Amino acid sequence: MKQRKKVLLSWTALVTASLLSSHPSLANDELSKASKDPKQWVMQAGDYANQRYSSLKQITTANVKELRPVWTFSTGVLRGHEGGPLVVGDVMYVHTPFPNVVYALDLNNAGRILWKYEPKQDPTVIPVMCCDTVNRGVAYGDGKIILNQADANVVALDAKTGKELWKVANGDPKKGETMTGAPVIVKDKVLVGISGGEFGVQGRMTAYNLKDGSVAWKAYSVGPDDQILVDPQKTTSLGKPIGANSSLSTWQGDQWKTGGGATWGWTSYDPQLNLIYYGSGNPSTWNPKQRPGDNKWSMTIFARDADTGMAKWVYQMTPHDEWDYDGVNEMILADIKVKGTPVKALVHFDRNGFAYTMNRETGELLVAEKYDPAVNWATHVDMKTGRPEVVAQYSTDKNGEDHNTKGVCPAALGSKDQQPASYSPDTGLFYVPTNHVCMDYEPFKVSYTAGQPYVGATLSMFPPKGENNLGNFIAWDASTGKIVWSNKETFSVWSGALTTAGGVAFYGTLEGYLKAVDMKTGKELYKFKTPSGIIGNVTTYEHGGKQYVAVLSGVGGWAGIGMAAGLGGDTDGLGAVGAYKQLANYTQLGGVLTVFALP
Amino acid sequence: MPKRLALAAAVTLLALPFSVAAGAADGSAPTATKVAAEAKPYKVEGGKVDPGTYNGYRRYGESCMRCHGPDGAGSSYAPDLTDSLKHMDYDTFAETVINGRKNVNTANNNVMPSFGTTEDVANYLDDIYGYLKARSDGAIGRGRPQRIGD
Ligand code: HEC
Repeated sequence: MKQRKKVLLSWTALVTASLLSSHPSLANDELSKASKDPKQWVMQAGDYANQRYSSLKQITTANVKELRPVWTFSTGVLRGHEGGPLVVGDVMYVHTPFPNVVYALDLNNAGRILWKYEPKQDPTVIPVMCCDTVNRGVAYGDGKIILNQADANVVALDAKTGKELWKVANGDPKKGETMTGAPVIVKDKVLVGISGGEFGVQGRMTAYNLKDGSVAWKAYSVGPDDQILVDPQKTTSLGKPIGANSSLSTWQGDQWKTGGGATWGWTSYDPQLNLIYYGSGNPSTWNPKQRPGDNKWSMTIFARDADTGMAKWVYQMTPHDEWDYDGVNEMILADIKVKGTPVKALVHFDRNGFAYTMNRETGELLVAEKYDPAVNWATHVDMKTGRPEVVAQYSTDKNGEDHNTKGVCPAALGSKDQQPASYSPDTGLFYVPTNHVCMDYEPFKVSYTAGQPYVGATLSMFPPKGENNLGNFIAWDASTGKIVWSNKETFSVWSGALTTAGGVAFYGTLEGYLKAVDMKTGKELYKFKTPSGIIGNVTTYEHGGKQYVAVLSGVGGWAGIGMAAGLGGDTDGLGAVGAYKQLANYTQLGGVLTVFALP
Repeated sequence: MPKRLALAAAVTLLALPFSVAAGAADGSAPTATKVAAEAKPYKVEGGKVDPGTYNGYRRYGESCMRCHGPDGAGSSYAPDLTDSLKHMDYDTFAETVINGRKNVNTANNNVMPSFGTTEDVANYLDDIYGYLKARSDGAIGRGRPQRIGD
């Protein structure tokens, strides 16, 4: 124990040293190492693999019932709080939804505010953000804090003082381009996505040089080969070269220019393979009739070279989307056994209700199974072609415009949205916050106007037939594609999970509970009701020899839009159930960080 | 399209002089209930709605739902419009939607966008109003209303 502490101490020293160094690659060796130091939480996803696992184990299945809040911090903003705090050395960095305030809090001094940064943003950006003004957190690297502002500006702040170092425009809100996703720092670059799939943006991932904010590379999701950074021969899909014009040939005319494929989710990184992984969102519009073709590469997992942006492999999960099943959810990198063989795997819980296990080196598809039994829009994924077998009854394209396609599961918010899952190397299982919601979907014709919503479908949402719970928290075996256990939740679980070496998994609920469960059985061991609904991700860190668990409360986001007044849907069974489903009866707006510890 | 526009104009004309007249007649400010009592801006037959109200439902879904939640019922972001229309008359409704409203200060970041130049909304304002009014009056429930003749 003593020895371990010493090692950790010296890490802190090294990190501090790196703050002073201006050599980026050296600095980010340090970032890479700091991400392995369980005392800190230096990136939103915990580590580059996006596992959200901590080897801290003071809090165990035996003592977690003693957990209690030890300090709280009000962010001063009453909106949906997604993402979570970072802990770098003795400092905690907390962000807020619009107006995107960043606080540096002193952990040695009861969370005293070391500095506060509040960007000046035009509030007219608010109406072009889909579904609330969320932000999924800041990134740390090379002594800088990087913030993705709602108005699409990327800002680098001095982590010590909060002083602005550089600022670049990553998009134009007048065209509906905004930012909600968290930046990720890889070596000497900052990777930044873009939101606006409901406004017909041309989605892209951009790498900025951490030093000065200049563009290193930019890779679109849809468009000509030179814009999407692919090599027709070398870039593969399920092992085969994608060929020339792989995206253009799947769109009619110029439609790709407003084709969507926004990149508002999470990005992971494998330092050995030097590949980054992320997904693209829905093709625009939501009316499938208006955009014939597969609409590549929307709804796609990308594996790209971190230095050049060149795609090594791609895989489109939902060709020609008809339900708004964005493919942006996190790509968790884990070395697991699949059917007895060890693989460098990528595991992805898609909005479309299928959990994909892939070989992250080659892009080979290994497992694709439903992680919610309610999923009905496709029977299965053809393992040869990788295409879902769509059930005609639920095809909004086949049923056509102005026809109400009923009872499609999952709803547009997916069996899971961006709220990230966690992987525990101790149990070898994935812990997944899920939605359990179905929908009616009626596409109709729309025309594109820059800066105006480009949706073209109406939908109503409701729980699966005969069921009452709108969410589940599940343990998933990615090697067999099976649910190990599943806990019902009244509402969708919209909070990122955390697993720990203490055998405890944590997540938040929309009513506002922080919950701790036994990772082996799912048994609930502890819960505490925080001031507002939780759509943030749970974080853990150690300070002064004590393990802490922290989470942001503040209901909102898509969940707050869809559920505050309860779900509508068909008129049958609304009465009592409808009222019971009203999130507004459980929680109200908030913006509070709650930090827990053992006594 | 021109027909719809004409309709929208007609309803607006009907609504405006009426409320002015009501205000002038008894010297008090016009109230929404008076307007609503005289002319219902929607038609519901056997639980099914007229094309205008259905169009309103659809336009609402396209332009308003992402903030005001499904079925006008409100969200954690924006107010319950079925409740608003219990107190708000057509003119105030139209004024709010056309010009928008900002409530941005230390405690709030509420922005209701202005839709004055958004054709999909401005051209169908009366349909959207009709749909929301029908919801507000309890004439139709939640979810997709059925069209007369569906
Ligand atoms: C970008 C989010 C957003 C969109 C889109 C939006 N609204 Fe609003 N709306 C708001 C907010 C926020 C308020 C409350 C403003 C305030 O606090 O004063 C509001 C207020 C209103 C009000 C006044 C309610 C009252 O009780 O005072 C009406 C009426 C209204 N909206 C109608 C609409 C209609 C109709 C549409 C679609 C054409 C629409 N809104 C689209 C955010 C939105």
